[in-house]
Amino acid sequence: MKFDLFRLLPELYQLLLVLGLFVQTCAGREQQREAGWVPAAAGFGLLVGLASVILPDGAATEFFWGAYRVDALSQFFKLAIAMGFFVAVLNGWRKGPLDDDKRADYLFFLALSAWGLMLLASSVELITAYVALEVSSYSLFAVVPLRAKERSAAEAGIKYILFGAAATAISLYGLSYVIAGQHTTYIAELATRTWSFEATPLACIGLALFLCGFFYKLALFPFHFWAPDVYDGASNETAAFVATLPKLGAVVILVRMAALITPGLEVTTFIALLGALSMTVGNLAALAQTDLKRILGYSSVAHAGYVTLGLVAGTAQGLAAATFYSLVYVVMNLTCFWAICRVSGDGRNLKLADLDGLARRSPALALVLLVAAFALVGLPPTGGFTGKLYLLSAAWDRGYNWLVIVAALNTAISIYYYLNMVRHAYTHEPDGAPAVAAHPCSLAMGGLLAASVLLLGVAPGSIFDLALTASKALLP
Amino acid sequence: MIDPGYPVLTALIFFPVLAAAVVMCVRNDGVARTLTLWASGIECVLAIPLLRDFHVENVAFQFVERMEWVPSLGLSYYLGVDGLSLLMVLLTVAILPLCVLCSWTYIKQRAKEFNICLLLMTSACVGVFCALDFVLFYVFWEAMLVPMYLLIAIWGGPRRKYASLKFFLYTLAGSTMLLVAMVAFAKVGGTFSIPDLMQIEFSERFQFWAFLAMALAFAIKVPMFPFHTWLPAAHVEAPSAGSVILASVLIKMGAYGFLRFCMTLTPVAMAQFTPLFIALSVAGILYGGLICLGQTDIKKLIAYSSVAHMGFCTLGIFVYTLRGVEGALMVMLNHGIVTGGLFIMIGAIYERSHSREISENQGMGKYLPAFMGFFGLFSLSSLGFPGLNSFVGEALVLFGAFGADWRIGLLTIPGAMLGAAYMLRLLQRMAYAPIGQTPSPKGKGWADLSLREWVYLTPLAIFTIVLGLAPGLALRVVEPSVKHLLTNFAKRQSVESVLVDQGFRSPPSLFGNAHATETQRSAQ
Repeated sequence: MKFDLFRLLPELYQLLLVLGLFVQTCAGREQQREAGWVPAAAGFGLLVGLASVILPDGAATEFFWGAYRVDALSQFFKLAIAMGFFVAVLNGWRKGPLDDDKRADYLFFLALSAWGLMLLASSVELITAYVALEVSSYSLFAVVPLRAKERSAAEAGIKYILFGAAATAISLYGLSYVIAGQHTTYIAELATRTWSFEATPLACIGLALFLCGFFYKLALFPFHFWAPDVYDGASNETAAFVATLPKLGAVVILVRMAALITPGLEVTTFIALLGALSMTVGNLAALAQTDLKRILGYSSVAHAGYVTLGLVAGTAQGLAAATFYSLVYVVMNLTCFWAICRVSGDGRNLKLADLDGLARRSPALALVLLVAAFALVGLPPTGGFTGKLYLLSAAWDRGYNWLVIVAALNTAISIYYYLNMVRHAYTHEPDGAPAVAAHPCSLAMGGLLAASVLLLGVAPGSIFDLALTASKALLP
Repeated sequence: MIDPGYPVLTALIFFPVLAAAVVMCVRNDGVARTLTLWASGIECVLAIPLLRDFHVENVAFQFVERMEWVPSLGLSYYLGVDGLSLLMVLLTVAILPLCVLCSWTYIKQRAKEFNICLLLMTSACVGVFCALDFVLFYVFWEAMLVPMYLLIAIWGGPRRKYASLKFFLYTLAGSTMLLVAMVAFAKVGGTFSIPDLMQIEFSERFQFWAFLAMALAFAIKVPMFPFHTWLPAAHVEAPSAGSVILASVLIKMGAYGFLRFCMTLTPVAMAQFTPLFIALSVAGILYGGLICLGQTDIKKLIAYSSVAHMGFCTLGIFVYTLRGVEGALMVMLNHGIVTGGLFIMIGAIYERSHSREISENQGMGKYLPAFMGFFGLFSLSSLGFPGLNSFVGEALVLFGAFGADWRIGLLTIPGAMLGAAYMLRLLQRMAYAPIGQTPSPKGKGWADLSLREWVYLTPLAIFTIVLGLAPGLALRVVEPSVKHLLTNFAKRQSVESVLVDQGFRSPPSLFGNAHATETQRSAQ
């Protein structure tokens, strides 16, 4: 086995970061405050991720007896994860209701979770994928309750663990059926087996159950109950991480598995149905919310539904669309959370009413929020629109007309609550709410994020092509 | 054709964006206003090649620009104008300086942001009329909503929150199905390019659904009768420049959509739905006129009169005669000029009286003779006074309607009379107070038109008169394109109707043959 370290650079670098933070957490209290190097290191990690996408030419490399595969898809997701981690670390930097001496622990868990997701991106064997998933989940279980003097954060943590444990149990149970039915756990080999319900009922049920573990991460209906509660309970900065990066991990495995699910199969129909329900339930529930993080929680449920459009299509176009959309989703959600974290100076939860008059209190943040909200609606010329266009075209291609129409109707439903955020920021009077004190640098970063959302909408070509070559390589 | 030396349409679309970026860096509101005015002037200059080099006889798209945009999805950056869109582009560009001027003192707070919104709005509107790629069209179509929403929501009247929300929800919800139709067209036709799609004949069943999806979006935008409720709310609350853009440009996009997309892509389905849409148009004309009679708010009255005028416009489209469609295009242009003028004047009177009630602004003829002179001109034109521009469009639509079916024409006549009734009532009250009532006492202290107001009203008045006396100037531009459009429309109808007739009339022995044609068609 050729062990080319260079190809593993992003996850090795991230591991180094994790170890560094681990050493720091073991040191005395005084040293724990000195975590200024982390954002810089995470920024460098972004460069490493970029290098690993651009430099290597083509051929996929397999490690550990074919269980771990470095290919275009995995590198694409690793870059996205490195990017998300960088923004999430910057976002949580010197912020949040967290004692300074816990900062190193906090960052350690975030870094570990991101590392688990990077491993997940390369896993092509179900047990490896399962282990990687748990690495990323366990650290998040620890991070969610880390919010000083908040009971609700502990409650959110418990909910997250319990739901997570239940989903994991279901997933493992399904895995045992898959192994029993198909006698292998390698995705590449599973792809060659038949997956019709008549031929292998047990394996089909097993696959559906196994996918539940990832649907839980993705917050797809009916595994979405945790999302609003956990976002609500966790601190704003933690929520920004939990709401974005784990979805990437879920999507990458689902994209790899989607090679199995051709249209018309029972499993595919099942996922399509879940997607349709997820959009509808998420959007309808979000209409009634007044807490910003709960709105975004339900919106993530709806967006999980949109991603399934690409997955059920199962074509290279569809998988690339799902990949691209998950990246867009992460960027636009991080943009939205960026604005929210700045507005909530003291780290409390924000109601819609707290956005009142934001256009006067901080015009720049209001603009960033406007771009993010309209991107989440899917309004051109933002990335949200382009991503949706790719998804709809791919699904229509494979005859999922009904799903496309459901998705379009859902866009119409979702306008209201996203627009509500903009409405509060632009049309309501501030009523004595203080001006938002945001550092010019953090405003600039918000602007950069908003600009990238727009850029993904106006010039999606090159990034989509990356995703397209990656997903073409997946399909036989 | 003299080469202008720059891509005209791209320049028209992106110059305002560039100007908006520059204005954004300015801190002073006054400087921002001046800069925007200069930018709008330059924008008009940039549009000169369109007037100079447009070949009237040529029915193909002109000033075409085509570039790859997103090759993996087949999107292209594809622009061009023909007779249908040229006048609307010119109108959009010409309205911008007037909007900047008329909000010079009207907008007191955050004038910089206001002007940025105006510039972005213009850019998106020009884009809608020029785009020849379906997705590009949709991008501009939706992108325009955001600045318009902000114009109403931030600088609007007391009920601006309600009005802006309604405007946004209505129009965006309507156009989500347009997105589905767009994806479906691309999949069935294999391209997003509109001129290429026009060459394809789609199956009847496909046309049926695609037409419904598109017509919903366009009917809301126009707005046609039961979908019109967002328009009065938005008009009344919007600042006067916002109302002007809304009336002159935005609602024309719905009618433009019917002409550009429905008539060319789904002609058979459109013909099937004709009775319904004619009924809705006539209902809009009569309903708008009747509602106008009861209004006490000047701006609301003009807003409902827009519903009636746009009813004429859609009626003209759906009778499918040369005169009717030409009339529809003339209504689009002239309504833009006249109603734009009226909204500007309402803004001007509001600045003086701080009220839009008729009763608070009556008897102005004595105090503001020049103002009332312009107001009288625009009102007379609006009610379709012969010799002024709106008469041309209305008369052509009526010719078209009578040409198609005398009963439709007969139903429309009361609409034209209602127009006279409500506009004359308004004009009479504004100029001379009703007998027994005194003129609005505050009027004595008001100044007549200022130089700035003269500057922005005069061009509109000139166009009102010139296009009324010499409508051929505009008709000459649209006629070849309309003829081309109608010929193609009729050709599609006849081929399809032959096939349909075969299916109905063929004896049982030939059923297999007819069935084969049917499947061939649906395979497309």
